[in-house]
Amino acid sequence: MRTAHTLCRMLRYTLKRILSLVISLAVASLVIFTVIEIAPGDPASFMLGINAQPETLAALRTELGLDVTKVERYVTWVTGMLTGDFGTSYTYRTPVTDMVTQRMWVSLPLALYALTLSTLIAFPAGIYAAARRGQAGDIGVMGATQLGVAIPNFWFAMMLVLLFAIKLRWFAAGGFAGWDKGLLAGLHSLTLPAIALALPQAAILARVMRSALLDVLGEDFMRTARAKGLTARQALWRHGLRNAMIPVLTIIGLQFSFLLAGGIIIEQVFYLPGLGRLIFQSISARDLIVVESVTMLLVFAVIFVNFCVDLAYAAVDPRLRARA
Amino acid sequence: MIRNLFVGGILCAIFIGAALISFVWTPFDHATLNIPGRFQTPGGAHLLGTDHFGRDILSLLMVGARTSLAVALVAVGIGMCLGIPLGLWAAARRGSLVDEIIMRGNDLVFAFPSLVIAILITAVFGAGAINAIIAIGIFNIPVFARITRGAALSLWEREFILAARVAGKSAARISVEHILPNVTNLLIVQGTIQFSLGILAEAGLSYVGLGAQPPTPSWGRMLADAQTMVSIAPHMALMPGFAIILTVLGLNLMGDGLRDYLDPRLRVART
Repeated sequence: MRTAHTLCRMLRYTLKRILSLVISLAVASLVIFTVIEIAPGDPASFMLGINAQPETLAALRTELGLDVTKVERYVTWVTGMLTGDFGTSYTYRTPVTDMVTQRMWVSLPLALYALTLSTLIAFPAGIYAAARRGQAGDIGVMGATQLGVAIPNFWFAMMLVLLFAIKLRWFAAGGFAGWDKGLLAGLHSLTLPAIALALPQAAILARVMRSALLDVLGEDFMRTARAKGLTARQALWRHGLRNAMIPVLTIIGLQFSFLLAGGIIIEQVFYLPGLGRLIFQSISARDLIVVESVTMLLVFAVIFVNFCVDLAYAAVDPRLRARA
Repeated sequence: MIRNLFVGGILCAIFIGAALISFVWTPFDHATLNIPGRFQTPGGAHLLGTDHFGRDILSLLMVGARTSLAVALVAVGIGMCLGIPLGLWAAARRGSLVDEIIMRGNDLVFAFPSLVIAILITAVFGAGAINAIIAIGIFNIPVFARITRGAALSLWEREFILAARVAGKSAARISVEHILPNVTNLLIVQGTIQFSLGILAEAGLSYVGLGAQPPTPSWGRMLADAQTMVSIAPHMALMPGFAIILTVLGLNLMGDGLRDYLDPRLRVART
């Protein structure tokens, strides 16, 4: 009976979240389309230059689908995206879906690589600081995280290039080897960008990890664990960490979408052929359909990851379901 | 904790002081080119060295601080001026359709990857400091709206607010006269945090060429200029980087310090 009730609540919460997901995506698509539409500059005139004949211009506008009303264009764009068709790039004349898929193979691994690094740095740092609360180790780690949050990642990227690419020559200063050269070669060229992206995120995550652990350490069940004879270290590993993971996992989920979108500037620093560079190249070439679609895709990724985080959170925290 | 406030305050004072002093005095004219004297390392007449045009880096940093300060300050101002009234309104009409619309609107803005949208806005409407301010400012609105609403909600249940309601004051008047003064501390702390994020965002946008345009000096642009010369003149990248880090660090420390200082519970715990 109780399980059925819980399931029902979870279902209601999920449906409510799905509805809000759909509304968010609809509004987002409308906002992006409107912003791009009011952008000055006609893609067809831009492609043909100032000496274009009016007939050629009209023909190109028809070919690009620019001669229909804005509402029709919006509907075509949205229905196309729902079926996985993002339209055809104005400048490259190739399907946007192909371009995006190709670039995804750089941006997605970069975000995952950075997330892995950030977690690998933040977990030990956060646990170490929480276990030594108020001592020199804690103050040192917290000081380092303050610094990590203040460093702009693109500046850090330049310093990494200066040290590891120019001085030590361990890595290339930019560019991407390609996955066809092998997994290691690919990862090697993503290492410096991933470190640059991971640093500020690791600093934030370490702070969250520390404060989540400190909250848990004050709970009654931790005292019970110590009372039944566990050492502080055993209690921390067996009971503390598992309970502290809820807020930490939420932040990791949010960081992933941030890293995917936040890689834009880092991709510029390292000349990586990812989604970020695609946006910049398309903006300067007035290839608006690509700008529209890539932006929408990034917004979708962020909204969808937030949605999954919300659901995961509700699955472990009954109080949230009750509010639905 | 007072130490945070002290160190943060000093760093912020240096930053604001440098920006203000640059209006009347800089060691050298920041716009004067001196090609024979380019790439000078720090020390000597040019304390922080010179750039690829022989311009004095310290002077450029001082004038650049104005750009960072102005962009971040106005962006936080936009967020506060729109976000705080929205938050107060949502709290006053809690549970109503207005509240729901404001909060869902907030969620929506939060869901957008801010950097991508800022780049989109500046790319579409043209690169420049004004558009950078708008792009950064928009994302400050939901931050202030949410924090104001959250704090105001619990205040609406308190006795002194009930008393004001019994006295016949309108919701708008209660919001301005009783709620707002009680959430000010929280908003000041959040303001310093958003200010530091604004400085980082401005530097990022200027770095990719979408912020302040030449000849206006800005820290992000200085880093962009330095990128191709980092192997021959590392100080060109180091100096603006240190300026950004120290300013953001100062603001964050001040935010932490202010939060502890303004929270009466923590003050009691200290004494």
